[in-house]
Amino acid sequence: MIRQRCALVGLAALMLTSCGGSETIVGLITKSHTNPFFVKMREGAEAAANELGLDLRTFAGRFDGDNDTQVQAIENLIAAGAVGILITANDATAIVPAVQRARDAGVLVIALDTPLDPPDAADATFATDNLRAGELIGRWAAASLGDAAGNARIAMLNLNPNHITVDVARDQGFLQGFGIDIADPQRVGDETDPRIVGHDVTQGAEEGGRRAMETLLQRNPTINVVFTVNEPSAAGAYEALRAAGRHRDVTLVSVDGGCAGVANVRDGVIGATAMQFPLDMAVQGVQAMAEYARTGAKPTLPRDQAFHDTGVVLVTDRPVDGISSITSEDGLTKCWG
Amino acid sequence: MLQRLHHYLHRHPTAAPGIVLALAVMVFGLLAGNRFLQPFNLSLVLQQVTIIGMLGVAQTLIILTAGIDLSVGAIMVLSSVVMGRLAVDFGWPPVISLILGLLVGVACGLANGVIVTRLRLPPFIVTLGTWNVFLALNLWYSRSQTIRAQDIEGAASLLQWTGRTIQVVGARFTVGSVLMVLLFGVVWYALTWTAWGKHVYATGDDRNAAELCGVRTDRVLVSVYTVAGLICAFAAWALIGRIGSVSPQAGLTANLDSITAVVIGGTSLFGGRGSVVGTLVGALIVGILRNGLALSGVELLWQEFAVGLLIIVAVALDQWIRRV
Amino acid sequence: MSPARNSPHLAILDARGLVKRFGRVTALDGADFELRPGEVLGVIGDNGAGKSTLIKVLSGALAPDAGDVRFNGKPVSFRNPLDARSAGIETVYQDLAVSPSLDIAENLFLGRERRAPGIMGTVFRRLDREGMHREARKRMSELGILTVTDFYQTVETLSGGQRQAVAVARAAVFGSRVIIMDEPTAALGVNEAARVLDLIRTVRDRGTPIVLVSHNMPHVWEVADRIHVHRLGKRAAVIRPSTHSMTDGVALMTGAMAPGDADGAAD
Repeated sequence: MIRQRCALVGLAALMLTSCGGSETIVGLITKSHTNPFFVKMREGAEAAANELGLDLRTFAGRFDGDNDTQVQAIENLIAAGAVGILITANDATAIVPAVQRARDAGVLVIALDTPLDPPDAADATFATDNLRAGELIGRWAAASLGDAAGNARIAMLNLNPNHITVDVARDQGFLQGFGIDIADPQRVGDETDPRIVGHDVTQGAEEGGRRAMETLLQRNPTINVVFTVNEPSAAGAYEALRAAGRHRDVTLVSVDGGCAGVANVRDGVIGATAMQFPLDMAVQGVQAMAEYARTGAKPTLPRDQAFHDTGVVLVTDRPVDGISSITSEDGLTKCWG
Repeated sequence: MLQRLHHYLHRHPTAAPGIVLALAVMVFGLLAGNRFLQPFNLSLVLQQVTIIGMLGVAQTLIILTAGIDLSVGAIMVLSSVVMGRLAVDFGWPPVISLILGLLVGVACGLANGVIVTRLRLPPFIVTLGTWNVFLALNLWYSRSQTIRAQDIEGAASLLQWTGRTIQVVGARFTVGSVLMVLLFGVVWYALTWTAWGKHVYATGDDRNAAELCGVRTDRVLVSVYTVAGLICAFAAWALIGRIGSVSPQAGLTANLDSITAVVIGGTSLFGGRGSVVGTLVGALIVGILRNGLALSGVELLWQEFAVGLLIIVAVALDQWIRRV
Repeated sequence: MSPARNSPHLAILDARGLVKRFGRVTALDGADFELRPGEVLGVIGDNGAGKSTLIKVLSGALAPDAGDVRFNGKPVSFRNPLDARSAGIETVYQDLAVSPSLDIAENLFLGRERRAPGIMGTVFRRLDREGMHREARKRMSELGILTVTDFYQTVETLSGGQRQAVAVARAAVFGSRVIIMDEPTAALGVNEAARVLDLIRTVRDRGTPIVLVSHNMPHVWEVADRIHVHRLGKRAAVIRPSTHSMTDGVALMTGAMAPGDADGAAD
């Protein structure tokens, strides 16, 4: 009898100690699994997790805007006993209740790329300052045009009708940087400046970019500045410009910093692009997770900042005074993808 | 009066979407003015509907057999990725890459057809499954990378040939849109003037009756899905011509858009009735709608609203016409 | 009196000892069958007697567990209805006869379409639509069923009887050797049924024997030359309408009258 009990206790002790050897679970939930931006982010996270000995579980929405799958993923991760969740939210507001449940369960939640609404709904945020990204390319565009900026004809190619934070921030940042009064900085399309020809949506892809550019060109064939929300839509817009024979007269700017996009800067398709660092976001996020798992310490913010700024760099082969930038050649060494 | 209209439309069901198309052009001509009616703009609409139009041909064939294909968009993207990677990443000759891409489309279509006929599963279910499978293959083979237009231009501009423009007076057509019209012509001929076409209609109308008449419905179905796969691969070629690059993210809404064009064009989802000409008109109607509304400065969500309304009206009209 | 009835009794289609079981149920229990040239053979039997199973075996839709089928004296075994069709046995089902969205000529030639002559036919596989229409019109009027004004209208606009006529015409046009008709008058009105019965007689007189399976006694008695009574999975008797009444027929079907009592089964 006593011997059996001793054996049981011994077995239990063995199991408990072996628990410490199993890996800590960290979840990564991206917006979709097709967008190369998130694919690279995931690859970076996986590499960092392997190095740090974490078990990374990845999930993704089925399409841009899919909130439900992301909520389910959070619930699954809580049930699986994840120590932390990295998430790029499809719907920054709707995901908050699920995030709150996770945090209540002691899970560390870090937002990547897209801040939640309100931003402090997450324990920390590692993101690009999209407003600044927009501003950089806006200022560059205005400076490149010089005097002609005064009567530029600007086409705005946005993401989708949902006006998500990233889209709005880049759009408003660009206009502000260009020197246009943006009225309400939370709203797209409320500007009255006659230089804006119009807005259209691209779904962030080439097909949408082409169609949106064609439509806006029909409205005003003399467009000479084009803002695009990301590089795939810029590539599509360029095809439309080329078909119309306008590709040499139009200044095309974008945001992203993917290697395809930087190559497009080199080839003169895109005038300038604001480079983001998704790999940094992923790596820093994973490192914060490892720290939390080890010591229970949550990532602290530098003062005056609402989120950890992973930085933005202007990439262009036609630099202007007063705006620091790197060349496309340099950019190709730093790009993602 | 209504009776005569009903009788006329019953005999010529494609006239209904034709009338709607004419009306749409007139309405937007008034609303959006010159910009809309310019030959350049109208030919632009043709360019914009080229890809959906081609997918619509494929979808029409399948819907005529009382099936549906949710994987048309995925087959298209997979084919385009194969074409692009072989030509650019592996440096194979452009013609070979193009042909292999077309063959991939054929293989996908064949897979659909075989699964539908051998396993006797509803096409909706089968193509729902293959949609996901092809999409996964697409992401795997492309490694989620886009192949840039400039790189394609350098290695295999043949793939972008469908994007070449042909100027005819004020209008501008692309090789792709010409290809689309040719495709419509060929399929129309096959459906109207060959035994195979009659068998397609018979299979969709009443499969048992057709079988008893000696129509090998299994073979007809497999052939239909395979041909559809090939057409999707041609659409992939047109896609590369239009967007210049090969993108694994393309064609996300292509399935539904192709079904929309077919439905608005008057083909019945129950099979056995309809025509490819109707689908072409249906695709044009949607294109005109989007183009006209966009030129008039209407917000995107109203465009979606209008298309939705159009679908309901089209199907209701079709049901009314069909009443014998 | 059709001259064919006096020809020697060489059956065009016959079967001996057919057995078919579905699990525990024995649908055919050693059934015999004989169809002679130039006759209309009625087949009657109560529900569950095994009539439809018998017909399915003869038309190739089912393979029997035992027994043999001979066509023109030679043993045959059909793997599917298409096999039977190629041998010349056409079955005309009541509902599943036509493709509603195709027109009459297209239905007539479905599965056996004619191509246009020359290059258009061989290379482009164009159908000879005009030719098929002419042929269809000719054959339908020969059979006396050209009541349709617009030959191009789709079959779905035709009445039940007209559709039935199209199905029968299809069988007759392609020179089939035997036509099996399954409940052809079941859903038809009086006039239409009468026309179909006329058609049956015309086809028989032109030399094609017909197996007529029906529940409708008056119709069977009106056109059949001999009547096969099926009961309990077997052929109970073969009678002639000239010598036996409908009451006799019903009695044989239900077992009220034993086959031996039936005064001399048809020879």
